[in-house]
Amino acid sequence: MSERTMKINLGPHHPSTHGVLRVVLELEGETVVDAHPDIGFLHRGIEKLAEHRTYHQFIVLSDRLDYLAAMSNNLAYVTTIEKLMEIDIPRRARYIRVILAELQRIASHLFWLGTHAHDLGAMTPLFYMLREREAVMDIFESLTGSRLTPSFMRIGGLAADIDGDFIGAVKAFTDTFAERVDDYETLLTANPIWKSRTKGVGVLDADACINLGVTGPMLRSAGNDWDIRKSHPYSSYEEFHFEIPTGKDGDVYDRYLVRIGEMRESAKIIRQVVDGLPAGPWLAKDARTAFPEKKELNTNIAALIQHFGLIMEGFKVPPGEVYHSIESPRGELGFYIVSDGGARPLRLRVRPPSFVNLQGLVRMIRGKLLSDAVAVIGAIDIVLAEVDR
Amino acid sequence: MNFDLIKDKFGAGITDVTIAHDEITVTARRDILIPLLRFLKEGEEFAFNFLTDLCGVDYLPASPRFQVVYHLYSLKHKHRLRVKVALEESDPEVDSCISLWAGADWQERECFDLFGIIFRGHPNLQRILLPSDFAGHPLRKDFPLEGIQEQ
Repeated sequence: MSERTMKINLGPHHPSTHGVLRVVLELEGETVVDAHPDIGFLHRGIEKLAEHRTYHQFIVLSDRLDYLAAMSNNLAYVTTIEKLMEIDIPRRARYIRVILAELQRIASHLFWLGTHAHDLGAMTPLFYMLREREAVMDIFESLTGSRLTPSFMRIGGLAADIDGDFIGAVKAFTDTFAERVDDYETLLTANPIWKSRTKGVGVLDADACINLGVTGPMLRSAGNDWDIRKSHPYSSYEEFHFEIPTGKDGDVYDRYLVRIGEMRESAKIIRQVVDGLPAGPWLAKDARTAFPEKKELNTNIAALIQHFGLIMEGFKVPPGEVYHSIESPRGELGFYIVSDGGARPLRLRVRPPSFVNLQGLVRMIRGKLLSDAVAVIGAIDIVLAEVDR
Repeated sequence: MNFDLIKDKFGAGITDVTIAHDEITVTARRDILIPLLRFLKEGEEFAFNFLTDLCGVDYLPASPRFQVVYHLYSLKHKHRLRVKVALEESDPEVDSCISLWAGADWQERECFDLFGIIFRGHPNLQRILLPSDFAGHPLRKDFPLEGIQEQ
């Protein structure tokens, strides 16, 4: 630090840091000479807690990792356990999971875009995007009883079946959504202020992304079309047709275009799933993990014992280790679970996309203007609850 | 993937290769870890250019107590590999792989923070999630879930 520079704190309590992120910036005038991100303010020890919870109890904790994409966390977690226990999931459950995960992607991207545009001085888009996000939240609330923390997926399937209202609401949402995205684009895509704030800002090329482990829309905006839904399909994604939007410059503007494109594709996927939704069970009848039906508890002693055992002791998972990942709205969300044969994991590791992607921040803002730092932080799309866990 | 290539090159340095749940795990001795990772990254057959995840595991009371687990991915071949290295409790040190993947930086710091595993050659091995004056490493099995008073 020389006489010409000064150190300031950006955050931890600042609206543009999207949570409790603190960045110590070394400035020369308005130019960022160096930056030191400081994280951990929201560390709750979720990986430690997981070692003291049964496998079912962790579903609730997984909601609290990335609270803007709880359904994605649910999905990543339960599919990992299902891989370890080799449970076959009914087709209907897999389809409904895709609907929920893609609705969640839309909701997450909408919230991202609204707040990101707000950071850069565009007040109007936020209201429109929150309107549509609210529609998704209403759908979730009617199905699960909860907006942000649904805990709706179960090991082997879902907590409950969907009803006719759900399908109607999802159809109504996807019918109009493409027009809504057109509306957003009229506000931003050709807007000269938006372009001047985002084009050429925060460039991270594909090689740098790969070297840093950066995944998701950030990697795709740099021209690499890697998406786990295509390369390693899970939950029946291979049965649906969709494109992977990519950019070429790897700047903030391309990240915006990639996420806009992803929202359009997600709506198309949801439409295909709804149209092809098969009938059948929504929970694998695996005696190890599935709860008996509620009406059986009053008449069947075996069902009551099984229910009691699952709640009080949990179920045992065969010894072994497994890694499984999904494409969350932010990138590769993975779980690495080691079981010693007991009812609680020996080790549960979350591979958090936000944490890994945030490492690129310093590279992207060094030598740039302070106002660019705000644009770059927004465009990474971090959720601090997931960064700090 | 052709594992004979790895075994030919590193011989007794590879202590175990297992396949379970369609996942391949290679366990290596600590002294050949970095050459092995470099070979996996740069060898054409493997091309593991992507460090997906790096984490520690505590197997107390087993000996060796700790493992450091590397999850590798190849964007070219679309395959995954898990590399593990076991560490004794008395000597929980391993070479840093930051020269291979810049993304190892924070992941190694987190592993140091929560497990107390030292990554030799890391340029800034400090706590990342916990405050710098925190005592102990919470993901170790002998660290209690509750009962440690706030400082």
